[in-house]
Amino acid sequence: MNKAATTAKTAPKVGPDVIKEPSMLKQKAMIDANFKLLATANEEGRKVSSTFVPGNLNELQMCFDLNCNFPEINALQNGMRKKSGRLIMEAERNGQSEDVCTYVKSDLGMIMQGNIGPTGDKLPDPDVLLLSYTGCFTFMKWFELVREKYDCETIMLHVPYQADGKITQNMRDYVVKQLKEEVIPTLERVSGVKFDIDRLRQYMVESAKAEDDLVWILQSAKNTPSPIDAFFGGVYYIGPIFTAFRGTEAATEYYRTLRGEIEQRLANGQGPVTPEGNFGKERFRLVVEGTPNYTNFREFWKMFYDEGAVVVASTYTKVGGVYDFGFRHDPDNPIESLADYCLGCYTNLSLPARIRMLTSYMEDYQADGLLVNSVKSCNSFSAGQLLMLREIEKRTGKPGAFIETDLVDPRYFSAANVKNRLESYFQMLEQKNATQAA
Amino acid sequence: MPLQETQQETLKETVENIVDRCQALFDDLDFTVVKEWKAANPGGKAIGFLPIYVPREIIHAAGMLPVGILGGGDQLEVIHGDAYYQSYICRIPRSTIELGLTGRLDSLDGMLFPSICDVIRNLSGMWQLLFKDKYVKYFDVPQTYRDDIAGTFYIHELQTLREDLAELAGREITDDDLRRSIAVYNENRATIEELYRLRAGLPWQAPTSELYLLLRAGMVLPVEEHTQLLRDYMVATSVEERPRRDNCRVVVNGVFCEQPPLGLIKSLEMAGCYVVDDDFLLVTRWLLDDVPTDGDPLDNLSKAFLHHSAATSAKYEPDKANKGRFLIDQVRNSGAEGVIFAAPSFCDPALLDRPMLQDALSRDDIPYTAFKYAENTGQLQAIREQAGTFADSIKLWSA
Ligand code: SF4
Ligand code: SF4
Repeated sequence: MNKAATTAKTAPKVGPDVIKEPSMLKQKAMIDANFKLLATANEEGRKVSSTFVPGNLNELQMCFDLNCNFPEINALQNGMRKKSGRLIMEAERNGQSEDVCTYVKSDLGMIMQGNIGPTGDKLPDPDVLLLSYTGCFTFMKWFELVREKYDCETIMLHVPYQADGKITQNMRDYVVKQLKEEVIPTLERVSGVKFDIDRLRQYMVESAKAEDDLVWILQSAKNTPSPIDAFFGGVYYIGPIFTAFRGTEAATEYYRTLRGEIEQRLANGQGPVTPEGNFGKERFRLVVEGTPNYTNFREFWKMFYDEGAVVVASTYTKVGGVYDFGFRHDPDNPIESLADYCLGCYTNLSLPARIRMLTSYMEDYQADGLLVNSVKSCNSFSAGQLLMLREIEKRTGKPGAFIETDLVDPRYFSAANVKNRLESYFQMLEQKNATQAA
Repeated sequence: MPLQETQQETLKETVENIVDRCQALFDDLDFTVVKEWKAANPGGKAIGFLPIYVPREIIHAAGMLPVGILGGGDQLEVIHGDAYYQSYICRIPRSTIELGLTGRLDSLDGMLFPSICDVIRNLSGMWQLLFKDKYVKYFDVPQTYRDDIAGTFYIHELQTLREDLAELAGREITDDDLRRSIAVYNENRATIEELYRLRAGLPWQAPTSELYLLLRAGMVLPVEEHTQLLRDYMVATSVEERPRRDNCRVVVNGVFCEQPPLGLIKSLEMAGCYVVDDDFLLVTRWLLDDVPTDGDPLDNLSKAFLHHSAATSAKYEPDKANKGRFLIDQVRNSGAEGVIFAAPSFCDPALLDRPMLQDALSRDDIPYTAFKYAENTGQLQAIREQAGTFADSIKLWSA
C-alpha cells in the first residue's frame, strides 16, 4: 500500500445528504442525547465509565446509574467527521509510534486537545475505566495510557481467548468470579449504588428482545435482493446495541422500528438504502471480513453501490456480540450470560472458528465472493487474514479479494488503489457469474 | 591465585569454545541439536514455544524437550511467510511460518503460543490450520492476580497442559516429576541470575553479545546441560582479562519478543554502551524467585506467576503507581545510567508501553533513547550512531 497516498483532501463529494429513514433519525437522536448526557455528567454529579465495545457490560453498568463513554465510538465518529487525522498526529507528536493502532491515538489525541468529543461537546473525566479485555490486547495498553491522565479506578475484566473454538467451564467460571468479586463490588463503590440483580435481569429482558430483532434484520440479507447492506448499513444497525443502549427500552424500540422498515423493503422487493437513495440492481453479493474505513466511509460505500455490490454478511457487525448462532443475554442466568457474551465476541474467536463462521455466511447468504478489508490498526482482526482468505476460497470455491485501508487514519486510505482493486474484483465476479449462467 | 600461562590458554580456549558452540546453535535454523536429542532419547518429544513465557517445567516433567522458537533472525530468507502477512505486521510471525513451512520445525511434536499479543494469538490458529498433525496450544495466562480467582483459572490451564502433554508422552506426569523439574529450572534461573550479576558488575568480562548467545543456547539445549554451560562460561570468563572500555551502562527494554539481530547487540557495545540489564528471552527470567519444591507444584507455579514474575508490556499492571517501577528497579539495581528502548517495528505491546515507561523514567531523571528494529535489520549504522550519541551524552551529564 502506498502509505503516502491520501485522498482526504481531494475526495470527490459524493452525492446529496444521506436519505434518512425514521430509524436513522431515532438513532441519531439517541446518540446525540448520550453525548449531551456525557457533556454534563461531571458537573451534574453523574458518574461516568469509559469502556470498550467488545465485551461491554452495558446492562450491568446501567445497574449503577453510570453514563457510558465509549472511546472507540468517539474515534470512529471523529473519523467520520474527518477529525481523526489531526488527533492521531497530535498523539504521534506526543510520543506515540506511527506503527500502533490509530483508534488509541485518535482517543489520546482528543484527550490531549481538551477532550472535546466528536459532536463538539466536552467529554467528561471518567470515574471508572472498565477495561473489558476481550478480543484485543491493545485494549490493555489503551486504558493503561488513559489511566495516566485521570485519577480514577481501573477495573480489569480479563476474558480468556476461545483458542479451541469453545467456551470452557474454566473460562466461564473465571469471568463470572471476576464479575462477582471484582467488577460489581468496585462499581458499587465507585457509584455508591447497591447492586440489584433484578434490575440487571430486567435490562437483559430488553437486550434479548433487541437481539432477536437485530438477528432478524441481519438475516434478512439472505433474501435476494437483500433489503440491507450488512456492512456499510450494518455499521448503523449495530450502533445502539453495541453501545450505551443495549438493555434499554429505547434500543428495543429502535430495533422494532428498523425491523418494520426492513420488512416493508422486503415486501416491496427493494434493496438497501444508500446515502444516495435506493440501491439499484443487485449484481454482486459479498461477505466482508474486517472493519470499515471511517475517514472515507461514504466514498468507500459508493464504490460498492455504484457497481451493484451489496454486502450480505459481515464480521464487523459481530465485534460487539455474536447473536446469529443463538446466544442471547439471559435474564435467568444474568452473570453467566454476561460472561458468555464477553467470551463470544467476534475477535475473541479463534482463526479456525472465524473461518467456519465466514464459510457459513458465504453459503447461507449465497454470496458471490469474500472481500477482506484489512486495516493497519488492528492486529486482532488483521493478523492471519490472508490465510483466512485462502482457506475460505478453498472451502467455498468462491473468489476472494483483499484490500488494505485503516479505520480512522486518513493517510492509509488510498481511494484510487481501493477502487482499482474493487473494479477488477467485480469484473472477475461478473465473468465468473456469466460463465456459470452459460 | 594467578594461573599458569598454559592453563590460561586452555581456559581462554574454553570461553571461545563455549561462545562458538552457542553461536553454532544460534546459527542453526534446522534445529539439528533437537534432532540429535530426539535420536538420543527414543520416543522423546520436543515442544516448541514462542516468546515470552510458558512453564517449561511441565514440558520437562513430561520427559520432553522445550524448544524456544524466536523467529528466523537475519539469516533466514523469508519466501513463503510474506504471503501470510501484511506489510504492517511485525516480522517474527512470518519468519516463524517460514521455519514451519520449510520443514525446519518438523522435529517439534507440538507448539505452544503464549498469550502475549494478538499476532501470536492469531498465529496459534494459523498453526492449527497449517500443521494439522501437530499438537498446538494457545497458552492463556491471567491478567488479574488474585489467587482465588486468577490462580484458580491458571491452575486449571496448567492442569490442562499437563494432561495434554501426558497424553502426548503416553505417561502420567506426577507431582514428583513436576517438583523435580521445578528444582531443575530453579537452578537454571539462579545460574542465569548469577551470570546477570556478573555482567552488571563487570560487563566487559561478560559482553552482552555473549550473554545473549548463552541464553539462546538455553532455548534448544536440555536445561541441565544449559545450566552447566553457563557455569563453565562464568568460570572461564572470570579468569580471563578482557579489554575494558569506557562505556556507559544501560538497560535495554522492549526486546522481549521479536529478536534484535545479533549485530545490533554488538553495535550497542561498540557504540559505547554496556548493557547491564535487559528483557531478552524473558522465559528464562520470568519467575523472579525460586518456585517452592514442596507442596502442590501447580499451585506453586501459579503463585510464582501471579506474585513473583517480571513486568513486561504483555502483562497488565494493576497499580498505576507501579507502572515503570520494574524498569526503574532494573536501572537502580544494575547501576545503569540510562535506558535504550529497542522495539520491533509494528509491535503494539512494546510501542504502546514505551511512552508510559519513558514518563516514569523522566520522573526519576533517568535518561533514555529509543529506536525500532526488525529481526532482519541490516543497516545498523543509524542505530549505532544513535546509541553512540546517547552514550556520549550520558558521559557528559555524569562528568
Ligand atoms: S487493535 Fe483493533 S480491536 Fe484493538 S483497539 Fe485497535 S482497532 Fe480496536
Ligand atoms: S513483536 Fe510484538 S507485535 Fe510482534 S508478535 Fe511479538 S509481541 Fe506481538
